Amino acid sequence: MTDTSVLDQDKEAGFGDYVALMKPRVMSLVVFTALVGLLVAPVDVHPLVGFASILFIAIGAGASGALNMWFDADIDRIMNRTKGRPVPSGKVAAEEALALGVALSGMAVVMLGLTANLLAAGLLAFTIFFYAVVYTMWLKRWTPQNIVIGGAAGAFPPMIGWAAATGSITVESALMFAVIFMWTPPHFWALALFMKEDYSNAGVPMLTVTHGRRVTRNHILAYTLLLAPVALGLGMTSIGGPVYMVASLMMNLWFLKGAMDIQGRNEVQAVADGYKTEKAFFRFSLIYLFLHFGMLLVEATLRGFDMGGW
Amino acid sequence: MGLAKEHEIHTRRLSRNLGVGLLLAFFVALVFGLTVVKVKVLDPKIAAQEVQQ
Repeated sequence: MTDTSVLDQDKEAGFGDYVALMKPRVMSLVVFTALVGLLVAPVDVHPLVGFASILFIAIGAGASGALNMWFDADIDRIMNRTKGRPVPSGKVAAEEALALGVALSGMAVVMLGLTANLLAAGLLAFTIFFYAVVYTMWLKRWTPQNIVIGGAAGAFPPMIGWAAATGSITVESALMFAVIFMWTPPHFWALALFMKEDYSNAGVPMLTVTHGRRVTRNHILAYTLLLAPVALGLGMTSIGGPVYMVASLMMNLWFLKGAMDIQGRNEVQAVADGYKTEKAFFRFSLIYLFLHFGMLLVEATLRGFDMGGW
Repeated sequence: MGLAKEHEIHTRRLSRNLGVGLLLAFFVALVFGLTVVKVKVLDPKIAAQEVQQ
């Protein structure tokens, strides 16, 4: 970067840079899972109330993303994947990211409380606190289990959506949480195997760096094994049904096969075929989560026609 | 200097100002819509009428 480029008008933050601060891709997953949580709940929610609830959950998630960008600007500057983000690229000042994150967090929690109920608002506040403080500030740079703990923050949205509709926490919403929670580690560790980012330069203890790739492969299999009963268990609840169950059974078998393949390989084999198995597993993990929640929607739709469900 | 003179910063920050303006307008509309819905749900007379219809 030259001195003149600092004054370059292209550096002026446009509206899109503030949107980027809120991690729109993470938000899209939050919107989808929170929407499913809200729609599969056995309660009729007025469409505008439902829309506003999802919107405020998404804004809350975006706000915690902005807080993450404020706090992590120092390591985002070092890693290739993240150095183009608004704060490290110099478009948005770190203090501005902090201000936006705090203001939008407060606004989202208060508005969700007014729109839906206090339980949903409380859960959203806890999620933001958990992601911004417990994960970003504390555990991310301290333990190689950071992915596991960070996954909890990503697992809350369907529970918040369910709480917005029903005002309660039930076994259904707890299992939706558990599915995303158990799914996150194999999903991210598969990515860490083939992305080989310079997390070590940035001082972030990734499992691949601290304990090596062999341990990471074993961990992927362990979490995939634990994920299967949780995903199938969700199908036994009131929001599951035969369609979900068949789809879940097939996807879990395929996911397990992928995890076993990853566990059975070593680095030499992986490098030889350009991490083909790991990449395929990662791609399938996205489909896995999308279809599990999609099938819950299918069951809910079928129930509307007195089909589906148990 | 006339009041209507366009400062360079206005053109430079157009996308930001426009975005924030539209967002605020949308927020006002959303809160108004939510108010209408909540009043209808909370008002037993209106709720009863809707059930009859």
